[in-house]
Amino acid sequence: MMTSSRWRTVRTYLGVAVIVVWGLAPFYWMLVTAFRDLQFTFDATPWPTHVTMDNFRTVFDTSRNHFGRSLLNSVLIGVVTTAIGLVVGIFTAYAMARLRFPAKNAILAVILAASMFPGVALVTPLFQLFRNIGWYGSYQAMIIPDISFVLPLTIYTLTAFFREMPWELEEAARIDGATKRQAFTKIMLPLAAPGVVTTAILAFIAAWNEFLIASQLSNDSTQPVTVAIASFTGSKPHVEPYTAVMAAGTVVTIPLILMVLAFQRRIVDGLTAGGVKG
Amino acid sequence: MSSNASGSPASAPARRRLPRRRARGSSLDPHETRRALLLVAPAVAVLALVIGYPVVRAVWMSFQADQHLDANGTFVQGGFAGLDNYKHWLLQRCGDVACPPGSTGSSFWEVVGITLFFTVVTVSIELVLGFWFAVIMNGKFRGRGLVRAAVLIPWAIPTAVTAKLWYFIFSYDGIANHLFGAHVVWFGDKWAARSAIIVSDVWKTTPFMALLILAGLQLISDDVYEAAKVDGASAWQRFWSITVPLVKPAVVVALLFRTLDVLRMYDLPAIMTGGGAGDGNDTTTLSILVINEIRNGFNSAAALSTLTFLLVFGVAFLFIKFLGASATGAEPKAKR
Repeated sequence: MMTSSRWRTVRTYLGVAVIVVWGLAPFYWMLVTAFRDLQFTFDATPWPTHVTMDNFRTVFDTSRNHFGRSLLNSVLIGVVTTAIGLVVGIFTAYAMARLRFPAKNAILAVILAASMFPGVALVTPLFQLFRNIGWYGSYQAMIIPDISFVLPLTIYTLTAFFREMPWELEEAARIDGATKRQAFTKIMLPLAAPGVVTTAILAFIAAWNEFLIASQLSNDSTQPVTVAIASFTGSKPHVEPYTAVMAAGTVVTIPLILMVLAFQRRIVDGLTAGGVKG
Repeated sequence: MSSNASGSPASAPARRRLPRRRARGSSLDPHETRRALLLVAPAVAVLALVIGYPVVRAVWMSFQADQHLDANGTFVQGGFAGLDNYKHWLLQRCGDVACPPGSTGSSFWEVVGITLFFTVVTVSIELVLGFWFAVIMNGKFRGRGLVRAAVLIPWAIPTAVTAKLWYFIFSYDGIANHLFGAHVVWFGDKWAARSAIIVSDVWKTTPFMALLILAGLQLISDDVYEAAKVDGASAWQRFWSITVPLVKPAVVVALLFRTLDVLRMYDLPAIMTGGGAGDGNDTTTLSILVINEIRNGFNSAAALSTLTFLLVFGVAFLFIKFLGASATGAEPKAKR
């Protein structure tokens, strides 16, 4: 008995080690490379060697790349998309979780279908449309398509959260004389805040990730970081600037890693709550 | 009591709604219906605008001709094309002849094959690994928070960065070749390039699969296992007769989402190989083909993207029909 349970513990911790290495090792390699001198790009020493900040200087060198600008673009696109997704999503999710109405399942099915929609099917018609109306390369040319996948995500996640909320409190507030609007905004919305924050993080990460549409519909001054990284050029011609690209990747990833560390529990809940795609 | 209790609290109970869980089939409250439809309207309107419009437009475009040479050898602009664009893809016909090798038109079925290959292989590997991860994470051990954070990192890294990271790892002098003492030119060979893309995708998305399966595992109460143990079921029997059937709904939802994701995969192969692998279309997915086709003409690209979304919806339909995926969220939620 003793040995079998000890063996199980050993096995569990071995598995845990595999999972941790799986998650962290490639990310760690990106960090190490980001701080390594370009000349030693392929140094295989597993810890930091030839440490330098040059790569980060290259990344933010405005004479070569618009990386800083792209970073701001990503923030702008992510925040606006998330805000629209949340505002519209909250109304819908409230109705889905709380009210009875005809065609509810049909609407839910439409929203689900929307979340399965291949982004590439949007590109061709929107490319043509945006060129015709002069929106090609504009921020709205990326924000509008992004809403197509952020909105289904916010609706699903929020609906899952709203279903589990103590709605009796709303009834109680109503009995105390609050209007429906007051009961929702003063009582329920604050209680829903954690779910809303989680949803906002998921939506922001999804928008921050978007590449396909932005790669087709942005221009140099509006492109987000994902596109900037994919088309990154280094300080020397004809040398693949791996170290600088890893530095750029680190810069793009750090805010997300911090979010993951801070909200790990919530993100897992959010992902699994709606069964939403990541 | 609220400050404006001087209002009409006494009449409130009478107007109070009935408890939510009314008997099935009872009539709907028209006020509630109206309010609900008002609340849902913005989302429906927005989705109609951002998805409905492009879809309808794409379908309309797909029946129009691109700029082409007519019988007299002069350039003609557009016009109604009937099913020509679809014939172009499905029959690989360019005008009256078979599309020349190397053109986008001749690669349709090859690309469908590659896309399905990526889908089947990636999702299968992810299912096995994800299940294993989930079982481990469902066990009792110290540092669970740390492990869940670690597993979220690949998921949180933007795909464009993942692509660049693995492009570096799989470069000729990169760490992958170094670790395995290999000398593989990963992006110069068809199967090596495909493997590299699969490894990158599996790395990034297995955590998502694992977390969804973990959520399913956590719904299974320990009592069921205890009872089975008392009845003398072996560990293997407990796994196959309890874990697998009870976790199936979560697994099917995870499979559905992941399958659809790989079917429309663009970022990873587009950034790592640009769709080729040395030469040809060896790592071209349907999404990449659509983007490449835009250069030849919007309308033929629209027909191709319409075919892509028909494929995606066809697969989703099969999942929901035959595997009983119930991803509509209508079922009661998992208690955490």
